[in-house]
Amino acid sequence: MNAIYGLFPDTNSARRAVAALRAASSRFHFNSKAIVVMSSEPLEEEGFGWEEERTRIGWFAPLGALVGAGVGYTLSAFTQRSYPLPTGGMPIVAMWPTGIIMYELTMLGAIVTTILTFVISTGLPNYKKRLYDPEVTNGKILVGVSELDSDYRAELEQLLYQDGAEQVKEFSKD
Amino acid sequence: MATNDAAQASVMDMTPEKVRKDLLLPVFHTSRRYYLLVFVLVAIGLPGMFVYVYQMSEGMGVAGITRPVFWGFYITNFVFWIGISHAGTLISAILRLVNAGWRRPVTRCAEAITVFALAIGAQYPIIHLGRAWLFFWLIPYPSERGIWPNFRSPLVWDFFAITTYLTGSLTFLLLPIIPDWAMVRDRATGLRKRVYTVLALGWRGTPREWHRLEVAMRIMAVTILPVAISVHTIVSWDFAMAPVPMWHSTVFGPYFVAGAIFSGIAALIIVMALVRKALHLEEYLKPIHFSNLGKLLLVMSLLWIYFIFAERLTVWYGNQPAEMAAFWSIQRGRFAVLFWTMVWCNFLIPFPILAIKKLRTIAGTVVASSTIVVGMWLERFLIVVPPLEHKYLPYDWGSYRPTWVEITITVGTLMGMILLYVLFAKFVPIISIWELKGKDHAEPVGEHANASANPVAVRLDGTLPSTSS
Repeated sequence: MNAIYGLFPDTNSARRAVAALRAASSRFHFNSKAIVVMSSEPLEEEGFGWEEERTRIGWFAPLGALVGAGVGYTLSAFTQRSYPLPTGGMPIVAMWPTGIIMYELTMLGAIVTTILTFVISTGLPNYKKRLYDPEVTNGKILVGVSELDSDYRAELEQLLYQDGAEQVKEFSKD
Repeated sequence: MATNDAAQASVMDMTPEKVRKDLLLPVFHTSRRYYLLVFVLVAIGLPGMFVYVYQMSEGMGVAGITRPVFWGFYITNFVFWIGISHAGTLISAILRLVNAGWRRPVTRCAEAITVFALAIGAQYPIIHLGRAWLFFWLIPYPSERGIWPNFRSPLVWDFFAITTYLTGSLTFLLLPIIPDWAMVRDRATGLRKRVYTVLALGWRGTPREWHRLEVAMRIMAVTILPVAISVHTIVSWDFAMAPVPMWHSTVFGPYFVAGAIFSGIAALIIVMALVRKALHLEEYLKPIHFSNLGKLLLVMSLLWIYFIFAERLTVWYGNQPAEMAAFWSIQRGRFAVLFWTMVWCNFLIPFPILAIKKLRTIAGTVVASSTIVVGMWLERFLIVVPPLEHKYLPYDWGSYRPTWVEITITVGTLMGMILLYVLFAKFVPIISIWELKGKDHAEPVGEHANASANPVAVRLDGTLPSTSS
């Protein structure tokens, strides 16, 4: 067995279960990082998800924007110099058109970086067999322990039921 | 505000099972009427495709565009559809940023319009090319002949602007669909399950996934707004950068953006009303949603008439002969009927409907929106064609009449747009299920950002913070 989890009907019981699992982690010899939670809607306001380490993913978008701006300038300036169009004493690399291309590619850089950041930081797409239960999308909240020593299965099952789990299930990658 | 809250509260009062059942029904159940609708749309739209092939084989001579009017229906349609595309992403992004609770049933309807209208609109420059198989010449890349793209041309700016906006809008639409696709995946069987398994990307709903999704959506909402503004500004510069009477105007940028938002909201109201009726979503898309959008439409109607007045007054006061020729052809010449129809459609009819609370019902806003969509298409036509007919040298004046080829292709793409939307509503819950039931998640600040604000905070990956801290 790789994991044991309970399906909870509401956030209160799920929160209690997480607290109980956290308190029991040393007794049942599992790392508190092995506690997993899944839900069909964001539960940040319910006490799930606000991490102590603040995420820095918001900074990647400006970085992507800077890269986009650089690409925009390089593309338009290099192109205009390679095929010069002398126009009435105006500079070959025209400032305003170059600025417009830079602007659009700046925004494109931010957008593409946001997509990449989302994909990389969530690990999606991932089609491997992983701990999950379709009941999550029925509104149930999954709380469990992954990578568990099977010696404590019965105790954990009892703990999850005590905190309000409607069902307790096991999950194996095999 | 109280009514907005009441509308959201009534949705919150529904059981999650009911919400899921109602909103997933169209995905799992296909009625005969749906097939009939798809058949009708294909039947009306398909001739447009055949006629387009005919145009490609015969050449652009079969279209009505001749010297000196080289831009006709196709460019009118291009500007019109890019304008319609401003419905979704712009409105959705603004409402997301201000955390407007009533936005939830509206956003996906709106975002889908953006993507499909852009896809349809972006086809028109290619249709207009004549030799469509050389469309890749629009893409700025060094060709084998050593000719590099001219970045001073607004047409090249269009390429970048539309590409950026389409990428952003598609992302803005697709990211929040992932949890809903996971919901369909968990209920589907057979081939449908396999398809939705791929589409859901392995979404599980861990706190990390939810958090990343919400952060990404916030970044996208901030990013997409200036892009949306820039797109229609750049489309306006296709005209304003040319020394053509009545085009070379500094007001064109904001005038086009305002017009785009105006037509976009109108299109959104029509689509919402149709979706509400067809998918029986009366409990989700309520009169208050139409009333709120109607108020926005009212503001945009006033803004539109202001721009029309400011632009025309400046031309009239300048009294330049070339500009006055185009001006009078619109005001009291052969385009006068179209001009005054436009004024009635965009202002005189919708204004009282939208201004009087009793008339700002679902039916009222749909009537107003329908006239506005027609009026805004006429506006695009009147911007494109009359000035080209009356350039600076009178011996070079001409006239434009659309041919059956242009009309058929125009109708075909309209049907294509509706078909894309109908198919979308079949494969994707048209209202975001997880957002509908969710709460507003304001970014925590100060000590509230700390996990200790909650007794049992959980890390983003679903794990607990370490006890040693």
